[in-house]
Amino acid sequence: MKTFTVAKAVTALMLAGLVLLPLYSQLSGNIFILTLFTRVVILALAAASLNLIMGFGGMMSFGHAAYLGIGGYAVGMLAQEGVGSGFIQFPVALAASATYALVIGALSLRTRGVYFIMITLAFAQMAYYVASGLARYGGDDGLTVYKRSDFSGLINLSNRTQFYYLCLACLFGVVFLIWRIANSRFGLVLQGLRSNEQRMQAIGFPSKRYQLVCFVISGMMCGLAGALLANNTDFVSPAVMYWTRSGDLMVMVILGGMGTLFGPVIGAVVYLLLEEFLSQLTEYWALIMGPLLLLIVLFGRGGIMGLLGRLQRG
Amino acid sequence: MAEPLLRVDRLVRRFGGIIATDNVSLDVAAGELHAIIGPNGAGKTTLISQLTGHLEPHSGSVSLAGRDITYLPAYRRCALGLARSFQITSLLLDFTAADNVALAAQAHAGTSFRFFADARKEKGLRDAAHAALDRVGLAHRADVLVSRLSHGERRQIELAVALASKPKLLLLDEPMAGLGVTESQRMVQLLQELRKEVSIVLVEHDMPAVFALADRISVLVYGRVIASGDPAAIRANEDVKRAYLGEAHVVTHHG
Repeated sequence: MKTFTVAKAVTALMLAGLVLLPLYSQLSGNIFILTLFTRVVILALAAASLNLIMGFGGMMSFGHAAYLGIGGYAVGMLAQEGVGSGFIQFPVALAASATYALVIGALSLRTRGVYFIMITLAFAQMAYYVASGLARYGGDDGLTVYKRSDFSGLINLSNRTQFYYLCLACLFGVVFLIWRIANSRFGLVLQGLRSNEQRMQAIGFPSKRYQLVCFVISGMMCGLAGALLANNTDFVSPAVMYWTRSGDLMVMVILGGMGTLFGPVIGAVVYLLLEEFLSQLTEYWALIMGPLLLLIVLFGRGGIMGLLGRLQRG
Repeated sequence: MAEPLLRVDRLVRRFGGIIATDNVSLDVAAGELHAIIGPNGAGKTTLISQLTGHLEPHSGSVSLAGRDITYLPAYRRCALGLARSFQITSLLLDFTAADNVALAAQAHAGTSFRFFADARKEKGLRDAAHAALDRVGLAHRADVLVSRLSHGERRQIELAVALASKPKLLLLDEPMAGLGVTESQRMVQLLQELRKEVSIVLVEHDMPAVFALADRISVLVYGRVIASGDPAAIRANEDVKRAYLGEAHVVTHHG
């Protein structure tokens, strides 16, 4: 950190808060807050993965929740079939997400703009209906995961604190990776394509290859979030893939600040806490949440990160 | 005669009923600066787009150093040594000048599927970028975002980007467009220097610049090459005077 900025200070505070949260939960005896934040951290991971293609790659994927489901079902289905080892479940979740991303990406990337948004949405809805049709795995009603992924004594996912830290480590790892990618050769090509595709082709870059690889990396990261989510809720159902969930992820990214490193994490924290807080106040919380988000997006160009940046400049 | 660096053979491109490129043939020898001139709407940009691979011709062929590139995508042509500048400046506005140029160097220096190491710390790429920026006289602006550079500076960056890929042939689409008098002069000086190192196809409206720079000139009118030759021959050509240099000459004749 070369210079002090408000955005950096807020980010550092939030990260410190996330790290120390289990301590607070233990001291105050508030178990609920740990459960809530485990979910926040997992969805922040999903939002960060979406940010990689949306913010850095300029590809507006509206079907990102599909990976939450794919990662989740990989865990759930394997558990159902008696394969309880996380060393098998998690790699399968990642491989399945990568395969799906490769196929969907190869088809979707033939289109641009609104069509890209619509086609990614359509594929995610297809995944949703496929999951609904899996009678053996609960169909519409979803699938209960009776036993969390077993990492043979290395880490116990049924222990709240251990599981929370596993999720947090995954989040930090993914953000770190995205940071490295963003500044790598690959990342510069990706951001160049976001900025001016014609120019990038003219200087010798075949655009689709790079975008497809980015799509796959992002899908795998979100698949990881899905595998964690299934462990967190001990349950996976088609609902996690529903298009509104993809929308939630998009809102988190835009709310926090698209194309910034920690924006999606802040976005996820703020979005989910607001949701939690407002839904306790009133049944009609969505009526407050909607306009509030609209205001932030309208007046805070660049999301919360952009807002913090302008705050400093006055 | 040796194989020319660029050979365009009976190229045809139509838009609906309009023939924008009508049986155009021309060639560019290695080391030559070949200018293409013509009034507005003569099909100059259409022709350039077919040379760079942004537009497919309906018939005819384009070859670079003996290799048929008529239907190769733009990025492959670039790898073969063809670089272009755009008539309307086309840069990565949210990148610095150095990043813009370094990316062009990166495209020609090994794979870009590297995900971990910081590309901005690769000395080879940075040096190449600074050399190209220095070449166009903008080394001192390397770390400025392109969106903050003046129009004239952006035109120079366009050139630096093209140079950074170490091309055999440079296609310049109106590099003087929108430049002031002093900026234009600087650009002409720059091109005088560059032509010693690289073959150039220059599409340009600025007549004094074209006649000062070109070894040969092809005149395009309604998609057809009506004349091709050295500057003196073009200046003397009656068809060209009528079609292009136009009314000003007619008026002086009558006056």
